[in-house]
Amino acid sequence: MSGILNSSIGRKFAMALSALFLMVFLLQHFSINILSVFSPDTFNEVSHFMGTFWVVQYLLQPVLIFGVVFHFVMGFVLEYQNKKARKVGYAKTSRAANSTWMSRNMLLTGLVVLAFLALHMYDFWVHEMQVKYIQGDMSGLINPDNAESGFRYYEELREKFVDPIRVGFYAVSFVLLALHLLHGFNSAFQSVGANNKYVKGLKGFSKVYAIGIPAGFIFIALFHHFTH
Amino acid sequence: MMNLTLKIWRQKNASDKGKIVDYPVSGISPDMSFLEMLDVLNQELIEKGEEPVAFDHDCREGICGTCSLYINGRAHGPQTKITACQLHMRSFKDGDTIYIEPWRAEAFPIVKDLIVDRSSFDRIQQAGGFISVNTSGNTQDANAIPIEKENADKAFDAATCIGCGACVASCKNSSAMLFVSAKVSQFALLPQGQVEATDRVLNMVKQMDEEGFGNCTNTGACEVECPKGISLENIARMNREYLSATLKG
Repeated sequence: MSGILNSSIGRKFAMALSALFLMVFLLQHFSINILSVFSPDTFNEVSHFMGTFWVVQYLLQPVLIFGVVFHFVMGFVLEYQNKKARKVGYAKTSRAANSTWMSRNMLLTGLVVLAFLALHMYDFWVHEMQVKYIQGDMSGLINPDNAESGFRYYEELREKFVDPIRVGFYAVSFVLLALHLLHGFNSAFQSVGANNKYVKGLKGFSKVYAIGIPAGFIFIALFHHFTH
Repeated sequence: MMNLTLKIWRQKNASDKGKIVDYPVSGISPDMSFLEMLDVLNQELIEKGEEPVAFDHDCREGICGTCSLYINGRAHGPQTKITACQLHMRSFKDGDTIYIEPWRAEAFPIVKDLIVDRSSFDRIQQAGGFISVNTSGNTQDANAIPIEKENADKAFDAATCIGCGACVASCKNSSAMLFVSAKVSQFALLPQGQVEATDRVLNMVKQMDEEGFGNCTNTGACEVECPKGISLENIARMNREYLSATLKG
């Protein structure tokens, strides 16, 4: 078992596992965010629970950060090795004849998603860490001295989606994420060895997930932008 | 009859830098095979006292896996499920410009012009692509071992791989996983392959990595360009075999 990351299949397996983990996380993130459209109070309560429950904060959050970092670092490692395997290219290639644009441009779509993540972390995560662990305010209230002021999460979310440039970047990033997932979802299953008659049905589900979840995130951003 | 412009990769030897050279050819019949068209060009070059274009070929009926031409940006040319020797000039039009290049991969170094050294595939095979059978006269009749029809068919499909290297040439990462997975699968699906299954997949993948092939990113280009239609399911099977062998090992 030791040294599995030294083999090409082992590295792909690890890449796929991190991808599957991140896809589960994305679904969970979407499930909470969509609450902001239907019920601000429920969104606030769930956000407060996620932001203060120790299992989420001290166990799942570090695992998530590791998963994200591992996924993109391993992506660069694999890309470097792949480039090294063909130093002189062809004078003429017809790649579109045998593979999809999405499958050939995972690094490009991944880099845009990475840029989005940097902005997203700056927008929400850095702010949360500052309030909770530097200011020491774990109340989640708009005014920590006034329990009647209500939770701050919904208002903060709405505030972020006022700026049309930020909303536009969010939307573009999620389109690129959809393209990334359109190849990545099935690819992850293939890498862990799940490609046979029993999992063929996943292909349809993968398209629903790859388009539906990013489209849902875009809807949430646009909803708050236009209803603010 | 067709008149064509060929843009062919010429390289004197492994250390030469190499370049694309233009060759106009005329009087090409649409019924000629692609390799016959190259034979016509070479005859003209020989008559002019020039060095003919070196290219690999043997059976010329799509079963030996020797021909290895990257034609107009695709391994074995524009048609699917055929080798370059099975490609006919009727797949092109009069006046066409055709690029002819060798397989490109660090693990397939160029020997001369369009010929590449594919001995890396041989070394992968030698690392585990076989079964050890006592052939001293008391070998069991193969038909005495019942095998599920589905598995027998899949093993046979995998065994049709001719090891031409089109999968490596087509893959943007120069990955050899379709080839190796076919060689692993043809034994993994049969009871005769079980005895050495763990060592086989570990050793073949180790050799594949040492040869400098790239990683599979599941683009599927190899499956599309494979002249024998080897399925990506074989790669998934090899992944399972490898992970299972790693856990056992």
